[in-house]
Amino acid sequence: MKKKRKTGLVFFPAFDWAISPTHPEREERLLYTQDQVFEEGLIDQDNIVEYKPGIAELRDIDRVHICVPEARHVVTESHLISAGGTMTAADKVLLGEVDNAFALVRPPGHHAMKVVHGARGFCNINIEAVMIEHIRKTYGPRRIAVVDTDCHHGDGTQDIYWHDPNTLCISIHQDGKTLYPGTGFAEDLGGPNALGMTLNVPLPPKTSEEGFLYAVDQLILPVLREFKPDLIINSAGQDNHYTDPITDMRFTAQGYALLNEKLSPDIAVLEGGYSIEGALPYVNVGIILAMAGLDYRFIREPDYDPDLLRQSPQVTERIEREVERLYGLWKTRSTRREEMIRGAKYQQRTKNIYYDTDGIREQQQETVRICDDCGGLVIIDSMASTGNRILAVIIPGQSCPRCRGEGEAVFASIDKIKYNLNYVYFQDSGRDVYLAK
Amino acid sequence: MDVGGTHTDAVLIDGDRIRTKAKVLTNASDLIDSLLKAAEALHVGEHASSIKRAVLSTTISTNAIVQNKVDKVGMILSSGPGMALHDWLRDRTAHMVSGSINHRGIEVESIRKDEIDRVGVQLRDQGISHLAVVGKFSTRNPGHELAIRDTIGDGFGHVSLGHRMSGHLGFPRRIWTTYLNAAIFDTYRSFVAAVRGLWGTLGEGVPIHVLKADGGTCSLEKSIEYPVQTILSGPAASIMGVLSLADCGTDAVALDIGGTTTDIAVLAGGVPLLEPLGVQIGGLKTLIRGLRTHSIGVGGDSVVRFEKGTLTIGPGRDGPAAAFGGTGPTPTDAMVELGLLPAGDRDRAVSSLQGLARDMQLTVRETAERIYDQACREIAESIGRLVQEINREPVYTIHDMLEGRRIDPRGLYVVGGPAVPMAKRLSELLGLPAHIPPHAEVANAVGAALARTTAEITVLADTEMEVMTIVEEGSRQKISPRFSRNDAYQVCRDRLHRLARDMGARDDGMEMDIVEDQEFNMVRGYYTTGKNIRVKAQIKPGLISNIRREEAGR
Repeated sequence: MKKKRKTGLVFFPAFDWAISPTHPEREERLLYTQDQVFEEGLIDQDNIVEYKPGIAELRDIDRVHICVPEARHVVTESHLISAGGTMTAADKVLLGEVDNAFALVRPPGHHAMKVVHGARGFCNINIEAVMIEHIRKTYGPRRIAVVDTDCHHGDGTQDIYWHDPNTLCISIHQDGKTLYPGTGFAEDLGGPNALGMTLNVPLPPKTSEEGFLYAVDQLILPVLREFKPDLIINSAGQDNHYTDPITDMRFTAQGYALLNEKLSPDIAVLEGGYSIEGALPYVNVGIILAMAGLDYRFIREPDYDPDLLRQSPQVTERIEREVERLYGLWKTRSTRREEMIRGAKYQQRTKNIYYDTDGIREQQQETVRICDDCGGLVIIDSMASTGNRILAVIIPGQSCPRCRGEGEAVFASIDKIKYNLNYVYFQDSGRDVYLAK
Repeated sequence: MDVGGTHTDAVLIDGDRIRTKAKVLTNASDLIDSLLKAAEALHVGEHASSIKRAVLSTTISTNAIVQNKVDKVGMILSSGPGMALHDWLRDRTAHMVSGSINHRGIEVESIRKDEIDRVGVQLRDQGISHLAVVGKFSTRNPGHELAIRDTIGDGFGHVSLGHRMSGHLGFPRRIWTTYLNAAIFDTYRSFVAAVRGLWGTLGEGVPIHVLKADGGTCSLEKSIEYPVQTILSGPAASIMGVLSLADCGTDAVALDIGGTTTDIAVLAGGVPLLEPLGVQIGGLKTLIRGLRTHSIGVGGDSVVRFEKGTLTIGPGRDGPAAAFGGTGPTPTDAMVELGLLPAGDRDRAVSSLQGLARDMQLTVRETAERIYDQACREIAESIGRLVQEINREPVYTIHDMLEGRRIDPRGLYVVGGPAVPMAKRLSELLGLPAHIPPHAEVANAVGAALARTTAEITVLADTEMEVMTIVEEGSRQKISPRFSRNDAYQVCRDRLHRLARDMGARDDGMEMDIVEDQEFNMVRGYYTTGKNIRVKAQIKPGLISNIRREEAGR
């Protein structure tokens, strides 16, 4: 008999919101999930409590993103409710009302990066990041691990926490060479102040339960044990499912439930997953049961056939190799950091970002101050095909006085006209300060 | 007529006036006798020719369930994959059979005749005559339940089918609801047969209706099939009574302060709220449509204690208040001491409070004030929490999140023994005007007498599959791919009216109220392949007429 846990469920299917009438991210998406959850009687279980989501405020967004020109231009009410739903889930856990919680909300958020010029990968704002910064602001600093089990690389979450030594971002996804957004490779380990705090586990197409669970057992769980997070968050995308129309994996409802049991997240947040009839109803019920410590053995998709869902020996072998390599990279992260820095004071990287949902192109130059005492001052110079060019000064959470002082000086002295900037932003989430000029 | 645990109340109503009222002691072993005595006390004989309808609210179904005087039920369940069921079904005769239907009503696995035949033989051997047949998602497609009933054949007294109980989702609740319906079927049917004996007193053939948990009526004959709907009609009668006597059209709170408990109900624009999923009885969660009441263990006769420096009121009752012959002390004794209640033996009340006063190191007067104040505070806090809980209930659209209706009570309607003194303090605590409806002592009977027929119908149309399901009827028919939401409204209206007339509704009380109204584009790949239309409509709880204002105000 498993240990029952009290699980909070924030369910917000946004039955009146869609990106467009035939878009995968549309009104119908959680309809059959709701049917299944209600018909199975999950809400009546004495250890499952349903909560109405709160509504995020714009300042909750400003704690995470640099929205161009400002937050209220890039979000709809639906985004504020979906982000608010994650915050409600977090509050219930942090206040001890429940042992864990699942924000079964839409629209999703894990492709939304630090700077937001528009929507990409169906996402406008990163609802996990909004939740994490809400947690830190309300309950104090926390070491947090995000495990993104969506089939697409969680590139937005990775971007936001690239330099944060207190946030471990693990994304397990279909290999970027074969799927949007085309990133998330094993070599991408985070910025110089947080090397190893980003881990990407690209899996070959047609990976089944066996492969996912191998990566969880052999890599993710050992890394989590060493990182010792205060909180584990699962970005619970459900598009690894064998019926998903836009991916090519062979994961199952049973697999998702088992994965959640192993991971034992404090908070799960729904991300993608567009097999709305054949997968989502069963995967979501499986995840809820697993989180609540209830029996999920009899959850099964109508067309489930384990014989058709085996992975090839080649896939197994590739995953074993990749996992071994990744664990090695994780173990050697300190020495790699030294090699990477080699006495430099700053490090720069250039990013080209495409907003597929809104058709916007962005070019970014990001500069980070190498720092042993905090995540380091970050300055982003960003130009988008919308015509906007901005500069963002970002002070890390739990910042050291030098990074903060330098950032304040840059923001005070920057000349908008001289550098041809439309907007200049200053973000200091640790102090809950957000300025724009 | 309302048969309560202690008293049976009855009123004779002529249009908008109460002609006579009566209260007799309930004979718990013979409810028919109680009804007859109450009818006689009303002198209905003098009016027999002009009686248009009689409405009964009784404890017959509730008692059968609560006292576990139920028949053995053979349960045949077809669940398919999903939640594990075993825990719920311990100690019951449940037979799991093959067959599975998904959320859209599509058959995933068919039922097997040989299995059902085998179950039939077993049940007959065990001498079980009442069956409950329940399938997961049977409200999306009743086909399997119907086929199981037809396959299992004759020789059973009664078969309750899950999808007929309610159009709502919730497989475990559907199982319990169907089980209870079958379990009390015989008891209720015998009761109905006996009720027909009332015709001798009421006038031959007078339409008799019974009150349901949702505060609506149903004709006696029609209620035979669905006895489970008649549970908890007492609290429903009380709320409908307050409604008919108070003429309230705003958000409000209705309170029935009894001896052991206080029942709290919330009215939204003068309409009582329903339980969102269904009522709970005998520890079982059901899909039975019922008025939402919240019961707390604080009443006029609640036991009052002072232990470890804390004053507690209830839960529980140890007989009547000291002032009325019991041992006390109780909140009623406190109110008698304070001179807030006209009746009762004040000396007895005072002496019952003396021990407490000593322990609390207060005077008897101060002790009485503390008890009175705390009882009111506990009720006021429960009201506050209940309203908050209702306003915090989840919603699933942005529109409802942003524009959703919030309950904001504007008044308090109080009935029950200590209504007058407690209403005053509750009004101060909640900052709401309090009203004491007249004729409150027979509020339940008035509520039953004036309740209208309620009904609910669910229409699900899937234009991709070209199928429409009318859930409560258990029917499924082909529709055109162009079937629209307006067509669904039309079907809803027709079927709802037919259902209501069938249950004895009058044509002037059939206003349709849409409670669920959704339409989704079904997209497969990148093409719209159909629409999923879901419309649920009801005739909501309400009154066929109000007691005249001046009469009510007297």
